[in-house]
Amino acid sequence: MFPILQLGPLALPVAPLSMILSVWLGLSLTEKFSRNRGLNSDALYNLTFIALFSGILGARLFFAAQNFSAFVQTPLSLFSREAGSLDPFGGFASALVAALVYERRAGLKFWSTLDGLTPLFAVAAVGLGVSRLASGAAFGMETSLPWGIELWGAVRHPTQVYEIGLALAILLGLGRWVKTDLAADSVTESRIETDEESGFTAKKRMDGRLFLLFVVLTAAGQLFVEGFRGDSTLLPGGIRAGQVAAWVVMAAALGLSTDFSRMRG
Amino acid sequence: MDFRQYFRQNWGSLLVLSLALAWIWASRAPEGATTGGQIPAPRAGFLAPAFSLSTLDGGEIALDDLRGQVVLINIWATWCPPCRAEMPAMQRVYEDYHEQGFEILAINSTVQDTFSQLDPFVKEYGLTFPIPLDQAGDVTRLYQIMSLPTSFFVGKDGVIREVVVGGPMDEALLRTRIENLLKEGQ
Repeated sequence: MFPILQLGPLALPVAPLSMILSVWLGLSLTEKFSRNRGLNSDALYNLTFIALFSGILGARLFFAAQNFSAFVQTPLSLFSREAGSLDPFGGFASALVAALVYERRAGLKFWSTLDGLTPLFAVAAVGLGVSRLASGAAFGMETSLPWGIELWGAVRHPTQVYEIGLALAILLGLGRWVKTDLAADSVTESRIETDEESGFTAKKRMDGRLFLLFVVLTAAGQLFVEGFRGDSTLLPGGIRAGQVAAWVVMAAALGLSTDFSRMRG
Repeated sequence: MDFRQYFRQNWGSLLVLSLALAWIWASRAPEGATTGGQIPAPRAGFLAPAFSLSTLDGGEIALDDLRGQVVLINIWATWCPPCRAEMPAMQRVYEDYHEQGFEILAINSTVQDTFSQLDPFVKEYGLTFPIPLDQAGDVTRLYQIMSLPTSFFVGKDGVIREVVVGGPMDEALLRTRIENLLKEGQ
């Protein structure tokens, strides 16, 4: 656990720092990847920043609306740097709406955009694991296994390390899959040109496949790691709410993937 | 499409989802596995580690004696600018919520501060809440303080609800957290 990086008089919180770093790395990877797939990398950059900005703004406004009396007494608090006074659901909803509006205006295709942003999501997932390791969040249950780590008064499963390992494996696996996919596409490209009349072009690279594969793998990883967590929200019978949520997400993504595969023939 | 055909086409996905369901069942949390609140640790969701310190006005204060009240444990030093910056807001919320069952323990990390500067500091800011003195650094170590100020919002049950590392804390954040904690169990 390494929550603070002390640089002279500056105390930098490692958790948000690792998230910012992962977004930056993810965007660099997204730019390279989108160029290879013929996507507009500038539009993806703009989309990301608009979503981030709107997310932060929306998160603060939603939080202020929910705690109106406190903000009436200190209106300047609307502009504070405090991460604790952000509403995550409000932030997510605002980012989503802003991203959808920008996507429409810029003429981006929904599934292609998600495919293009998948490297960013995959790197951010690694960053999330690192930030949790730094802050000691999302900690594991007690264990007697030899690789247990001393954390919060007990020897625990290093769930953050499991999470980082899985996220890295997903990132590398997807990278490999994309390379194979692009190679396969370049082989079939000439055939596609000749079959354009038959509509084969529209089916050539099924948009959304990469993103859905990432969602399935990440949800499966979360579902697995959650089973070792010591801070899970529990449903009756000791069922972990996080696992149920991950299962639903995984089922939905698998269902969509199956539909896409069927459409592709 | 009949079930058999559907199964034949999607057996891979169905297998994955079934295995996932089996894992959800197998990894159900055993009794007490996720109740961090029973173990003392300086972390949200855990019991706030107990301590007893002498205060600047010559008294003695113990965290356990404040069970049933909402407590803000703030660890600070006079030389730390964000610590100084958040004191006026802390004093205002103390005046507004103390009567409702809110207490502040503004623990001075005396082990890394100058004792003679404490009294003038308290007078300058007009602080009326207790100032426990961590002269040996025991609480600073117990709460694994890596940066000043660090604040712990403790609920009426003695469990830490939130840790804020660094500062100055925003007054609206202070008010919302305190109001929410005061509402708990009502």
